[in-house]
Amino acid sequence: MIPELGAGALMVALGLAVYGSAAAGIGGRTGRAALVESAQHAALAVFALVTACLLLLAWAFLSFDFSVRYVATNTNLGTPFYYRLTAVWGALEGSIVLWAWMLSVYTLIVVLRHRNARELYPWVLSVMLGVLAFFLLVMTVPAPVFQRLTPIPADGRGLNPLLEDSGMITHPVALYLGFTGFAVPFAFAIAALVTGRVGDAWITTTRRWTITAWYFLSLGLLIGGWWSYHVLGWGGYWAWDPVENAAFMPWLTGTAFLHSVMIQERRRMLRLWNLALVIMTFALTLFGTFLTRSGIIASVHAFTQGSIGVFFLSFLAVVLVLAFGLLAWRWEALGAQGELDSVVSRESAFLLNNVLLVAATFTVFFGTVFPLLSEAMRGVKISVGAPFFNQVNVPLFLGLIFLMGVGPLIAWRRASLENLRRNFLWPVVIGIAAAAVFRLLGVRSTLAVLTLALTVFVAGTITVDLVRATRARLRIGERLPAALGGLLLRHNRRYGGFAVHLGILIVAIGVTGSQAWSVHTETTLRRGEHTDLAGYRVRFDGLAASEESNHFKVTGTFTVANGRADTTVLRPAKKFYPQEQSPIAYVDYRLGLREDVYVVLGDFARDGSQATVRLQVNRLVSWIWIGGVVLTLGTALALAPERRRTGAAQELPA
Amino acid sequence: MKPKFLVGGGVIAAALAYMIYAGVTQSAVYFVTPSELRSAAVAGKAYRLGGMVERGSLHWEPRTLALTFALSDGKTSVAVRHTGAPPDLFGEGRGAVVEGSWTPEGYFRATHIMAKHSEEYKAPHDTSQAGVKELMRTLSGDSR
Repeated sequence: MIPELGAGALMVALGLAVYGSAAAGIGGRTGRAALVESAQHAALAVFALVTACLLLLAWAFLSFDFSVRYVATNTNLGTPFYYRLTAVWGALEGSIVLWAWMLSVYTLIVVLRHRNARELYPWVLSVMLGVLAFFLLVMTVPAPVFQRLTPIPADGRGLNPLLEDSGMITHPVALYLGFTGFAVPFAFAIAALVTGRVGDAWITTTRRWTITAWYFLSLGLLIGGWWSYHVLGWGGYWAWDPVENAAFMPWLTGTAFLHSVMIQERRRMLRLWNLALVIMTFALTLFGTFLTRSGIIASVHAFTQGSIGVFFLSFLAVVLVLAFGLLAWRWEALGAQGELDSVVSRESAFLLNNVLLVAATFTVFFGTVFPLLSEAMRGVKISVGAPFFNQVNVPLFLGLIFLMGVGPLIAWRRASLENLRRNFLWPVVIGIAAAAVFRLLGVRSTLAVLTLALTVFVAGTITVDLVRATRARLRIGERLPAALGGLLLRHNRRYGGFAVHLGILIVAIGVTGSQAWSVHTETTLRRGEHTDLAGYRVRFDGLAASEESNHFKVTGTFTVANGRADTTVLRPAKKFYPQEQSPIAYVDYRLGLREDVYVVLGDFARDGSQATVRLQVNRLVSWIWIGGVVLTLGTALALAPERRRTGAAQELPA
Repeated sequence: MKPKFLVGGGVIAAALAYMIYAGVTQSAVYFVTPSELRSAAVAGKAYRLGGMVERGSLHWEPRTLALTFALSDGKTSVAVRHTGAPPDLFGEGRGAVVEGSWTPEGYFRATHIMAKHSEEYKAPHDTSQAGVKELMRTLSGDSR
């Protein structure tokens, strides 16, 4: 019953989305409000239908309805109920349902919040429903989620064991909220181009959307790193895997967009650039989905599927041709009104930030598709791995960190020597002193010294700004807590941004530390034997077997002592799933601010007398996750309702 | 646009192009099959060698962490040596990709083993299940 209901709902939703997109477009063109009204109803109906599909699918998983092929493939009777729920988006077909559902939610919010944006609104609705129609088409033709399975099996095959993890609840949700979130600024950009209202209205209206989408994308990337770190068991959090790159590229262009819109808001510059950036960002989210879902580049996540790649590539081509066609059509109207006055100014700092971010995007793109290019052009498959990405991107990222310190403080238009001295003298001095201190403390890696010194410099600029502003408030008689609180609340955009920068700095420290100072060893231990690494003594105490609800588990017991009083027992394991030919490693670790002790069980003797273990002491990795928390708080502050001005959140004049 | 911004942009573009060029030439890794490697192996060059782990060729010495096996493409095979435990998805008769370099001594020195993880699920195997059950018994000290 569920397959027919679900497929039926999808077909109706697809029809309504196509109709709504066309009706909104025609309504926008002819000014017939009734048509736009009707498209609005279609959007509401699509939201209701896609929600129904998602609920039906969830119900099919909860009730073990193996007549649905997708359910039978991704769950079995032993799967616990919470993983049956996350299995809804555990593979290709369901993840598209989640995509479409989020897009329908965003469309609903657009209808509720922006329907007074008279000229732009019909076209925004048309674009949103058009994109939604594409995803509904994917759900119907190349990835039919409600396909019936006959005969109905007694049990399903089970979820991919690597996805049985809490990270899988949050990672795809955050990532997709980010991906789909960029559809809204994109829709506004297209609406601006179609209507010729290419001024700043579309940008001020979508500011919150952009920040929200950017935030969820950041969160998705960080949770992805956490999942990789604590589930995959290779000891790292980022491998420049094509799938990671797929999500990283729109993050880079999205970050560029987030900054360049500030220049447009303030100086009326970069109109063309901003439109191009948001189009690129949206296109890269589609490209990312194409990379991950088409299986074109084999990797851990890539779901091998047939025709879906063609669908995505065709849609991507349509989007790019239409969007850049519109851009060319409006070329005349897109000329800048402001001019760059000086190289030493906030404008050029932001511009350089954009150039570096786009350059990083290009290198990541190039490295990711390089094997495909080389195979197509020369017939040999050549890949460039992590060394390539690190070598090319590290200088760019260092430049970006430096600009993170310069950009927010340097004067607009033309910075005077006095302005530079006032803002940057102390941070530069502290940064240089920090470099010397790190050197004296025995930090050998020049890269690490440079990164940490730059981090200190940026933190210094933030401090200078905060101290100066607080002092000004103290001078007019405010008390310190009131002064600080008032500052953060009244200038929440600025200090939210600073907090986000601080979060990124903390992540940068974590990445630097883990790359520079982590150590590892691999060894085979008999029961009772121990091995030493970086001041830790790890003893192997034996193996035990257990039977879980849907797998068997062999657990090793390792006692970790660090010479002082405290000892920790770590229990890495191997899990044997009936549906898998190979065991799955289960990592155990002790996290710490300074370092993590991370143990992976390798091979072991059948009688439990000896085990091979990979032992890692990973430095400063926790800082990456802490940076994520700070970034979250900063985003929340930046999104808080503004007290200072009332203009930014308002719609276009009617 | 003032000329100095164009010059600046040009300098940045040139620097980026150079960095990418240098990056590619230094970290290019060639995908090869055992036959291709046999026909034109250059010692010291980085390769990614893909093939099937030949049955009967796999030898793992836990105490020294020495892992040796042969990768085959059906026509010819290449001896591979690695230091470290076999990864989870690794085994005889299965596909594997190893990264490393060809040595003058005539074997492939693998620094990484990338066993292929398949998203295609296999139906539960009675044989593998029996193996696991037996393992459970030996580990729990049950000698039935």
